[in-house]
Amino acid sequence: MHPVRKQRLYIVLFIVLGASIAAALIFYALRENMNLFYSPSDIADGKAPLNTRMRAGGMVREGSVQRQGEALEVNFIVTDYANDVAVSYEGILPDMFAEGQGVVVTGTQTAPGVFVATEVLAKHDEEYMPPEVSEALEKSGHSGGETGGNSSSRPSGYDAASQY
Amino acid sequence: MIPELGSFCLVLALCLAVVVAVVPLWGSYKNQGVLMAMASPLTAGVFTFTAIAFALLLVVLINDDFSVNYVAASSNTQLPVYYKISAAWGGHEGSLLLWVLILAGWSVAVAAFSKSLPLAMRARVLSIMGMITVGFLLFILMTSNPFARSLPFFPPEGNDLNPLLQDIGLIFHPPMLYLGYVGFSVPFAFAIAALLGGRLDAAWARWSRPWTNLAWACLTLGIALGSWWAYYELGWGGWWFWDPVENASFMPWLMGTALVHSLAVTDKRGVFRSWTVLLAIFTFSLSLLGTFLVRSGVLTSVHAFAADPSRGMFILVFLFIVVGGSLLLFALRAPQVTQSSRLNFLSLENFLLINNVILLAACLTVLFGTLFPIVADALDLGKYSVGAPYFNAVFLPMMLVLMVFMGTSAWLSWKQTRAFNWQRTLLVPALAAMLLGFAFPSVYGGEFNWKAVLGSVFGFWLVLHTVAGAVQKSRLSRRGVAGLTKLSRSYWGMVLGHIGFAVVAFGVIMTTQFSVERDVKLAPGQSATLGDYEFRLDQVSAVEGSNYLSDMGFVTVKLNGETVATLYPEKRRYLASGQVMTEAGIDAGLFRDLYLSLGEQLEGGAWAVRVQVKPFVRWLWLGGILIALGGIWAVMDPRYRKKLVVGRSRSKAQGNLAAGASV
Repeated sequence: MHPVRKQRLYIVLFIVLGASIAAALIFYALRENMNLFYSPSDIADGKAPLNTRMRAGGMVREGSVQRQGEALEVNFIVTDYANDVAVSYEGILPDMFAEGQGVVVTGTQTAPGVFVATEVLAKHDEEYMPPEVSEALEKSGHSGGETGGNSSSRPSGYDAASQY
Repeated sequence: MIPELGSFCLVLALCLAVVVAVVPLWGSYKNQGVLMAMASPLTAGVFTFTAIAFALLLVVLINDDFSVNYVAASSNTQLPVYYKISAAWGGHEGSLLLWVLILAGWSVAVAAFSKSLPLAMRARVLSIMGMITVGFLLFILMTSNPFARSLPFFPPEGNDLNPLLQDIGLIFHPPMLYLGYVGFSVPFAFAIAALLGGRLDAAWARWSRPWTNLAWACLTLGIALGSWWAYYELGWGGWWFWDPVENASFMPWLMGTALVHSLAVTDKRGVFRSWTVLLAIFTFSLSLLGTFLVRSGVLTSVHAFAADPSRGMFILVFLFIVVGGSLLLFALRAPQVTQSSRLNFLSLENFLLINNVILLAACLTVLFGTLFPIVADALDLGKYSVGAPYFNAVFLPMMLVLMVFMGTSAWLSWKQTRAFNWQRTLLVPALAAMLLGFAFPSVYGGEFNWKAVLGSVFGFWLVLHTVAGAVQKSRLSRRGVAGLTKLSRSYWGMVLGHIGFAVVAFGVIMTTQFSVERDVKLAPGQSATLGDYEFRLDQVSAVEGSNYLSDMGFVTVKLNGETVATLYPEKRRYLASGQVMTEAGIDAGLFRDLYLSLGEQLEGGAWAVRVQVKPFVRWLWLGGILIALGGIWAVMDPRYRKKLVVGRSRSKAQGNLAAGASV
């Protein structure tokens, strides 16, 4: 074969090989690590699978937060005012976590309506509402009059006491 | 009055920028020297008025003029004056003004230090930068004017700067980051100007190389600063979150790294020209994409600043014009590739090409992970989030492969490496790397940890080859130790940068694999043990800060019974906004950080506390600094300066009085 052509062939092979490895890696990694969001109503309707990593969110029901014993175990109820999900978590809650405020949790549903969280994200300031949460509330027909963070010019986002 | 003056300056700057964008470019086609020569003074004018506008914004902030929306939203009378100043880039409008100021600053620098360029080339470069300036000034004036007022009813007190941003790290992080990714507009402008002029030669690469290196070094520092800031200010010890906003600055860095290397090949060997031009376009496009992601409010993340969609649309349209226009130009004007020169496998060119491909692929995987949730949401496929595990699984293996090639490339020469003996050259360092890479983490951690071993082996591989390569190349000149000085500054920049990369990799590996943490409930007087350390919470007392109240913990850390550190973690409550902030107590060390943060207060005076020991975490930022220093050292190479001096004397001979300072 002509050396130039041979070289081009190598380059093409190299690129194809690299691209397929990259694509395989991406596919594999995405399958494991994409977390779909479910609202409490989705979970109550049985739309959310069991034992799969996912995110859920809504408002923390007033009076539902319970700390237990010596360990840092905490239980609370996340609601969209139509349905509830019981969440249990062990560890430190983020600064902006409070009853009656929006929250997004990452974890798995171990039994219908029971959610074990490995990460709790709370909204970062009083005006801001995680977009998934405000949408979930709108769908369940209880916007709660607390949305409207989008027009705020203040920095916003989640405050995560995450596991890094 | 002052805010109106500020707006007026911005309008003046816009008018001048329009002239810069049109007249010199037109002159370059009509061959009108006078029109082309107007580029430099006009650019200086744009910079001057933008700088005045920025200074006026500072004045308004310091004077607490809450009739200005921006001031009311992001400042407060109780704020210390240095945070009032940094509030100038703490919000959307102000940070865009800083963007434009830095863009104008780079333009002026190009005008001042490129006197050796052919007049037409300089005129075109400055015109292109003028066009970008026009875009951003229009954006500010149409959608995000920092001087907009809310008269006659304005608040008596401001909203306060987000407490997260009230920090020394945030004073420096955004300007440094912007210096970096706005700086990529320079190689972009050079590339477009070269396409317009139809002259894509090695000289073009030599002109844009120092600018690219400098911008890239700034971006490196900016990213390192951001990571350091997140580490101590967010309060939980994370240093990289694969957050879309972080990715927004990281993607231009990856592409910029490819560009820096590709430019080196084009400069030294004159090949890969089209590829380099394309990389310059991509790099700046990614900078713009980053601006779009951060500024349009399509993201919600730690840094996200909310905004309304009109802003997003403007940047998106601007992005399409810039990317589409430059790619179209590229398609029309790029040199028809008929390079018949064979690429030898064992040549530096080839290895740099491989490096480019890996960096490009890595950049694409980050891009994919960043955009996927947005695209899925837009197409109503569901609300996904792509977490750190995705990026770690895809990105880290690529970096390991990259390190293999980086290490090997230290032995190679341009064109063809003669007498390259695989076994003799690579075997000894490979064995040494395996031995060290296996021994170090195993002895340190007291157990076999395959991830740590794998990472360290590759890290040692890179360092050993880089050092050995430098030794061999200097010995080739047969001067012994004195030979080291014979290597160029660009070469030493490379050595520094690659060692910095290995240091970062080592820090990443060690801190992710050997960090330990524990969440415990501690009452004053109780202690918790973590590894060999014992953390004792002595007391928690109320402390009053300038604009916050705080519960401050006093924690004594003991190692084998001896006190090694005292930590002062805080839980702050900012008065103006009522926000609660966790300030971690950190004892920094070259080999380990002790990190303690207060969670919430529990009943009975006890606190939820997170204690962490993070080995080698400082190496992350130390390595970042080394990489940046490498870039800056390479810029100092007299090779670029010599060109400029020659050019200056020539222009003097022509009676041109423009002999200003050169780099």
